[in-house]
Amino acid sequence: MKTTVFSAKKIVTMNPQKPEASHVAIREGRILAVGSLEEIATWGDYELDERFADKVLFPGLVEGHAHTMEGTLWRYVYCGYFDRMDPNGKTWKGNKSIEDVLASLSAAEALLEDPDAPLTGWQLDPIYLDNKPITRAQLDSVSATRPIGVMNASGHILYVNTKALELAGLMKSGVNHPGISLGNDGMPMGELKGPDAMTPVGEHVGLNRSMTDSDERGLRDFARLCVRTGVTTVTDLAARLEPDGVETMLRVTGEPNFPACVVPLRFFLGLPPKELIPEVARLKKLSTDRLSLGRIKVVADGSIQGFSARMRWPGYHNGAPNGLWYISPEQMQEIYELALAEGIQVHTHTNGDQATQLAIEKLELALKKVPSNDHRFVLQHCQLADRAQFKKMAALKMSVNLFANHHFYWGDEHYRLTVGPDRALRMNATRTALDCGVPMTIHSDAPVTPLGPLFTAWCAVNRLTASGRTQGEHEKITVDEALWAVTMGAAHTLHMDGQIGSIEIGKRADFAVLESDPREAEPEKLKDVEVWGTVQGGRVFAAADA
Amino acid sequence: MPEALPVTIIGGYLGAGKTTLVNHLLRTANGRKLAVLVNEFGALPIDEDLIEAQGDDLISIAGGCICCSFGSDLSAALMNLAELKVRPDQVVIECSGVAIPSAIAASVSLLDGFVPDGTVVMVDAETIQEAAVDEYIGDTITRQLVDADLTLINKADLVSAAHVTQLETWLRTLAPSARSLVAEHGKAPLDMVLGLGANPRESQQMGHADGLFESIALPCPSSLNGEILARKLTSDPVHIARAKGFFVDELGALKALHIVGRRFDISDAPENAPLGIVCIGLKGQFDGDLIRKTASEAL
Repeated sequence: MKTTVFSAKKIVTMNPQKPEASHVAIREGRILAVGSLEEIATWGDYELDERFADKVLFPGLVEGHAHTMEGTLWRYVYCGYFDRMDPNGKTWKGNKSIEDVLASLSAAEALLEDPDAPLTGWQLDPIYLDNKPITRAQLDSVSATRPIGVMNASGHILYVNTKALELAGLMKSGVNHPGISLGNDGMPMGELKGPDAMTPVGEHVGLNRSMTDSDERGLRDFARLCVRTGVTTVTDLAARLEPDGVETMLRVTGEPNFPACVVPLRFFLGLPPKELIPEVARLKKLSTDRLSLGRIKVVADGSIQGFSARMRWPGYHNGAPNGLWYISPEQMQEIYELALAEGIQVHTHTNGDQATQLAIEKLELALKKVPSNDHRFVLQHCQLADRAQFKKMAALKMSVNLFANHHFYWGDEHYRLTVGPDRALRMNATRTALDCGVPMTIHSDAPVTPLGPLFTAWCAVNRLTASGRTQGEHEKITVDEALWAVTMGAAHTLHMDGQIGSIEIGKRADFAVLESDPREAEPEKLKDVEVWGTVQGGRVFAAADA
Repeated sequence: MPEALPVTIIGGYLGAGKTTLVNHLLRTANGRKLAVLVNEFGALPIDEDLIEAQGDDLISIAGGCICCSFGSDLSAALMNLAELKVRPDQVVIECSGVAIPSAIAASVSLLDGFVPDGTVVMVDAETIQEAAVDEYIGDTITRQLVDADLTLINKADLVSAAHVTQLETWLRTLAPSARSLVAEHGKAPLDMVLGLGANPRESQQMGHADGLFESIALPCPSSLNGEILARKLTSDPVHIARAKGFFVDELGALKALHIVGRRFDISDAPENAPLGIVCIGLKGQFDGDLIRKTASEAL
């Protein structure tokens, strides 16, 4: 049995028993020992690897809410407002105006050889571009002859050109749909809101019907982004997990150089609860070291900025009607009860505080029928929960994954428009969650915002919005707390805290290899800590080679 | 291009009886080829004796009907349906218990080859009034009712006659554009729920085996102002659940008239469509003489 010992400038363990060390021994992809070389030598022969002599080894970062489809999206034209790094490590400049967006699209268009090939863009966010949707006429200026579609950063709006509308048969007057705005000429303007408005056009602009599933190349590209951001375990939070998809994921993650452990959650739609739970129990048994199956994702409501989240009184700040349920309360409880009985973990998307309240109440009822001491049910996003709700969650042993990045990207909108000043301050209440004793992690929801747990930690520590305001001073957490959240906190929410999240004997040899110790970073510089790469299951992956 | 497929939307909260109704429609399809789309977690709650064959995505049902489920993307399911070799006569969408029917209808209207043909909302006589004020789902239920062209009051046998009367009054406020009908054990006549098919007179003559509803055929002289007639037929005290037929308008064009509840639609008719308008309604609510008299004022 070969033992490799890495020396490092410093090893930060996240294990309170031994917070720092100089050496770590790896055997069979797991951590054999952490400490001084003398302590480690007691295990017998080893091979000393000093390549990290000037690096800091940190527990591999864990992203508890992302979607692997980001890997696929990078094959389209990046139209976002902020600079963003692609899987190759290239940072694409943000598009600061509609003209920039059109220029990015035109540059990509010029490279297409097939005159009929669609041109696809992603991550457009008109909120930053004077809050005006990009129009059909503007996209026609890029090309009038090939179909063009650009996805909104939310993934729930598509902007298309005239050709795309023609191909879908929608370039006509008399279209009557709340998701399709019409111009003065009575024709669609090119903005398509919601999946039902998007789908008829999507396939003509290069977006297939099951785009939430990343394909093989997308999965590999996404894993390269993980290496660049120090992530060794990443969730795919709403996977359909049909037989083909599971086979693909097993095969690709099983490739010798696949650098991450992927944790796909089975999306709740598609099977009635009585069939869903046994199916997920079956999937759980297929798990490998790099594909951890056997969890369920339930979606309770929509999004706050889309006004489809379910809000308690007094509702939306701008008077919009309450949002939509994506599951009935009865069905939520049925899934909870069946999953508890089978020991299957359920993660529930709740954005609005009414959705959070429903999930709490339904779990409480379910636990009365099916008691469980360690169910690890998690609320995902949970952006508007108040102190009373966090206390109740703690009492029920629920965990939470708060959307710290959202606060930075859309906090100003929430303050101004969606929920108003009072509730904007308490959104993604990391301080309150910890004070109430709720195990907590924070997330990016990539591709909605960029993958990068150190950036996410920075968001929770500083609570800055994109305009530079500190929003919710009292909800800030410390650098140490934020770093715990993106390692042990996330591991807890996945019920993998025995295997990952700290550098500790018996755990998987998963490290983020950093240029400096993030605990010592100035809070406002936490996001700038450089990532050299990762070690995953004892295998070394340099970002430069990814 | 073939005529657009009519799509009937069946909504209503969990437990209101949507599945029972769908099974009843499949059982009484009587030669009409129905394509049923269900969205209750992908469950395909079709009575076993109706199933002829079951594939991965599609169930074949006696009489040429089919049933399939859709997840979060209805448009994709309808587009798949349009690619089937055997063309159905009619599409029935069974909504999820929390779906808003008007959103579904709007989505259907976007797709070439499909046309929304009525929204039927099932009402659980025992529980709906309580559910309509529930803190969590109350507004979902009231939004569903507002969208209804027809409300089907189910489980009326579990409450008193006085309760049903009170419920009907309540529904006139909550579902202002709907006609309300009482369904026995989740069963309502196919022609009422889905409309009268391609040839209304033929549908009418096939008879009303279940004896639950009545119908009349209005003769149509040439040069009819369809809009005036339609307005009369959709206003109180006339109580028509559905009507369909063909007439020649004042410009000599052959037109089709569709009525669902209080809503009507006039469109171009297929060539050689037989003249005449068939009106149907539930026994007890339907007054053929009144309809004839009202119509004659418009003719």
